[in-house]
Amino acid sequence: MRNQFTGVMMIVASLCLGVTTASAQAPYRAPRTGDGKPNLNGIWQALNSAHWDIEAHAAAPGLIKELGASNAIPGGAGIVEGEIPYKLEALARKKENAANRLKLDPEIKCYLPGVPRATYMPYPFQIIQSPKHIMILHEFASAVRTIYMDDHKEAPADSWMGWSNGHWEGETLVVDTTGFLDSTWFDRAGNYHSDALHVIERFTSRSPDTLMYEVTIEDPKVFTRPWKMSMPLYRHVERNAQLMEFRCVEFVEDLLYGHLRKPSSK
Amino acid sequence: MTHRCLVSVGVLTAVTVVLLATLPVAGQAPSSAAKTNGTAKKAYTQPRTPDGQPDLQGFWTNSTYTPLERPKNVTKELYTPEEAEVAEKAAAAREEEQTTPGTVADVHYDLTQFGLDRHQNTLARNLRTSLIVDPPDGRLPPVTAEGEKRAADVAAARKKMGPPLDAAENMNLGDRCIMMANTGPLLPMGYMSTYQIVQGPGHVMILSERMHDFRIIPLDGRPHIPSNVRQWKGDSRGRWEGNTLVVETTNYNSKRPGVGDNSAAGQSFRGASEDMRLTEWFTRVDAETIHYRFTIDDPRTWTKPWTAEVPMAKDRIQGPLFEHACHEGNYSIVNMLRGAREAEKKKGSN
Repeated sequence: MRNQFTGVMMIVASLCLGVTTASAQAPYRAPRTGDGKPNLNGIWQALNSAHWDIEAHAAAPGLIKELGASNAIPGGAGIVEGEIPYKLEALARKKENAANRLKLDPEIKCYLPGVPRATYMPYPFQIIQSPKHIMILHEFASAVRTIYMDDHKEAPADSWMGWSNGHWEGETLVVDTTGFLDSTWFDRAGNYHSDALHVIERFTSRSPDTLMYEVTIEDPKVFTRPWKMSMPLYRHVERNAQLMEFRCVEFVEDLLYGHLRKPSSK
Repeated sequence: MTHRCLVSVGVLTAVTVVLLATLPVAGQAPSSAAKTNGTAKKAYTQPRTPDGQPDLQGFWTNSTYTPLERPKNVTKELYTPEEAEVAEKAAAAREEEQTTPGTVADVHYDLTQFGLDRHQNTLARNLRTSLIVDPPDGRLPPVTAEGEKRAADVAAARKKMGPPLDAAENMNLGDRCIMMANTGPLLPMGYMSTYQIVQGPGHVMILSERMHDFRIIPLDGRPHIPSNVRQWKGDSRGRWEGNTLVVETTNYNSKRPGVGDNSAAGQSFRGASEDMRLTEWFTRVDAETIHYRFTIDDPRTWTKPWTAEVPMAKDRIQGPLFEHACHEGNYSIVNMLRGAREAEKKKGSN
């Protein structure tokens, strides 16, 4: 009832003001869950090339000659606001990472991808939302995050996906994550962080089928100041959409352990 | 810390197998399960989620000393509370013995020190002498001729691959961090038998702590994925029947591990075929307990379906779950293979 009233008032207001541009419209109000929170349940995915490089980049050939254009890198305008403020020595490490990606990129080894990288990998993830716990469940490597909405605590130990405490700010789910290992990257271009990483994410509905995803990265060991990235996330609207299994460990065994195989075995 | 906890889950799996296989009397103390201890319970008011589902949410454990199959020297279905207590103490003592200095288990893990042995954690107790309740003898039904032939074929194929230390894919699925015995029915193991259930509108999510393995169960009556698509965890669909969540799972692949099965790929759940159909019933009977029951129907493997009951207790000690990054910390697979290659070199040079 109240929702309808608000909606009517918004329409009336925009008519009175003659507002037609999207930017001046009242912010979108998401449908509610049973407990009155914005309903973020669904299967979501980023549609950009940030998984290759979160910074602006031109198209480039891939690393595997045999895969040709099918594995080439599409260009992208980047999702980072401005430049990533690397410390001088950290920038050198980033370049080293990029140069040695085949050996070093944790994605290639099917390792848990960390945050925020998991969000914009080219795989869907599902949000299952309850009042106390909001689950973010990734298709890639069945990576899981539990966001604790009321029993906030410090990370009991460092982990790949971190320890996430969340709260609502109006339409926005704010997630504060710490307790990271230094082993994950931000993309395939070697952008990285240390174990001092602190990630603040903001998920805001912007239409029935899109979310705005904004991230603040802090890591005083690697960056000179906090910095931000943002992108829309899109709902999988196809009928009966569901996450499929992507249990990649068995896909990388020969890569990781093949050199230790008994020579006579095949 | 994480890495230390990740060393060769396989050896621990083996410990579990030994325990499961050798416990003559696996027991439990007085039970919270009204069904099995016969005590009358006060009526329980089922809480609801905001969208009206019966609320199964929280952190749960199904850790137990009760074996899947009834030990051969036990003939009754239920222990008395006194017998159960004796049996549990004996089992716990035996588990502790696994870490006797100088034993393999001790070199691998000190279960007691790291709190991995069951009796230091929440136990989901009941009085049953086996988890299997049907057939009534508490044991798996006879295997069909096809099932026996398949098991023999798998064993032959496995033998052809060579010993486990020849190559990673010869090792068991637990050592390889692909999966443990946790993604068919929810079955306990020696440690980390912990789960988180979260319900959103139209879905139930069950997260197994082991290998951060989750199942997302849609409740909207949609059809299963096409039958040519096969997955380790299959494909689950759920529905509410009163206060009971009923989950049907099909589309399994034929590579899944058995309970405590220490063999390599090629072995499915207790020898089941990929056409196995799993039906599970979750009923919350009080604030602290979920009655969990499952039936496995696989006419290609067993002459009749079989059913087990595994109590789930609210986990007051271990929750919330921590990340079990098994693959990421899998140094043991490298060390085992490297050790084997070094040993061969040494042997060759002698």
